[in-house]
Amino acid sequence: MRRRLIPVNVVIASLLFILLSLEPDQIKPPKAVMDRGETIYAKECLGCHQADGLGVQGLNPPLAKTKWVLGPRAQMIHIVLKGLTDPIEIDGDTYNNPMPPHLHLNDQEISDVLTYVRNSFGNNAKPITPADVKKVRAAIAKGK
Amino acid sequence: MTVVVLATTHFLCACAGELPDQPAGDTTTTHSSPGDNAGLTLPSGFSATVVAENLGGVRHIVVDSNGDIYAKLSKLKDGKGILELKGGDAGRISSFGNYPGTGIAIKNGYLYASSNTSIFRYKLDAGNQVIDPDKPETIVKDLTDRGQHNSKSITLDNAGNIYVNIGAPSNSCQVQDRAVGSKGQDPCPLLDYAGGIWQFKTDKLNQTINDGVHYATGIRNTVGLDWNSSVNELYVMQHGRDDLHRMFEQYYTVKDNAELPAEEFLLVKKGSDFGWPYCYFDPKQDKKMLAPEYGGDGKIQGRCGEIEKPLVAFPAHLAPNALLFYTGDQFPEKYKNGAFIAFHGSWNRAPEPQAGYFVAFVPMKDGKPGGNWEIFADGFAGGDDKKASGRVDYRPCGLAQGPDGALYVSDDRKGNIWKITYKK
Repeated sequence: MRRRLIPVNVVIASLLFILLSLEPDQIKPPKAVMDRGETIYAKECLGCHQADGLGVQGLNPPLAKTKWVLGPRAQMIHIVLKGLTDPIEIDGDTYNNPMPPHLHLNDQEISDVLTYVRNSFGNNAKPITPADVKKVRAAIAKGK
Repeated sequence: MTVVVLATTHFLCACAGELPDQPAGDTTTTHSSPGDNAGLTLPSGFSATVVAENLGGVRHIVVDSNGDIYAKLSKLKDGKGILELKGGDAGRISSFGNYPGTGIAIKNGYLYASSNTSIFRYKLDAGNQVIDPDKPETIVKDLTDRGQHNSKSITLDNAGNIYVNIGAPSNSCQVQDRAVGSKGQDPCPLLDYAGGIWQFKTDKLNQTINDGVHYATGIRNTVGLDWNSSVNELYVMQHGRDDLHRMFEQYYTVKDNAELPAEEFLLVKKGSDFGWPYCYFDPKQDKKMLAPEYGGDGKIQGRCGEIEKPLVAFPAHLAPNALLFYTGDQFPEKYKNGAFIAFHGSWNRAPEPQAGYFVAFVPMKDGKPGGNWEIFADGFAGGDDKKASGRVDYRPCGLAQGPDGALYVSDDRKGNIWKITYKK
């Protein structure tokens, strides 16, 4: 009689899936990063995006659960470094205020605040590292 | 106490620097309990009803002599940007106009409406009905729209002219808008085609900015403006600049940012210059101050000493989105020819509590303020916590006067319209 076994490849796939879904999205960034990020958020972002990260109707877009925040890390870094001048649309609503470039912030500061945003307001996404920011900054400098 | 007012006098609320629950002035006002008057608090003798709900983003409104309400939408609804509520009845709504926008007005047999770039008009029949809703005449076209401050608010005089705000697509005309460390451009090139009021002919088609009269400049953005027929002058509400603390923390605290600069009530004459982007009005110092992008530090007045002060300095960032001079007979005498102002409510006061979300009243005498301003209708926010956080129920955006002298207020968050009436 053949024993019914769960195929090995299924076991591996399941383990991988569990690992991937735990790592790194469900790991909270270090408290020090979140604290630094929160301070920078209060100074640089809160005036427009508000304390709850939900933005302002028609003007400043929400940061909660949007593809702009949860999507590719490079995209979000690019927005902070270069700004956004065209209105953007989220869930059928248009937001008209421009986002200025934040070239006065260094790689560490940008990675801290973006990690904070990606893990606040109900968001839970991979942290952003200073190396990520450095890479995008270099690409922008090369005109990419 | 009677307050004698000089031409350039402006008013601060009694509690300097603090936004009052009830500004100085009318101490006889009594407010009804919450729940009455469709959630609004009003002076004694006034009552309010909701005539329509959830219409969408209702910007400005106008009511014709039949009591029909026309509402301009910020976002198309079923492909249309203008609603007509026949007889003011939310059960009898029709829609037309394939463009979103803010401005709407009726004058001499025409309905005027604006998109964010253009002004159109529709001929009305003897019964005040739009004859051909699909074929408006284009009066003005190709005005600047870069998203920011793109409302083209309109008002008409009694001599065949229409006035339109072209808001500056900028906070303070920096090389890089709103960026820390970016200098102000001097002269500001935006002032050639924005940051002011332009005057056009009502009966000439397809005018562009070059066909218009550059009526006034140095006005960052205006959403509320109205022609005051009692003195035949234009008045506007300027939205003051943002971000003094975020960009200049060395000069301005978080609290300064919440309280500077004033939202300005301006009497606009042909050729007026109110100083934006070089100047802003500080209500505490009672002076036009030099903007920090142009070398200011909160104390230097510089070139701004010569700039005209506002008629009334309202608290910062409250976003006055509609202005209406009341010409009706229904309200008590003190309201006659006075100014109602709908404040959309603030966002740039954060992290300090947000404020506004009310309709204010300024008594007027011979075209000048005749007493302190006061809050006329409040309660749109839906509670103090909602007001402080800015997560409010409704945001006043439009004002209109009905044929019976009632005052209508519109909201662009959900699209409610209130009718406010008075009975002795």
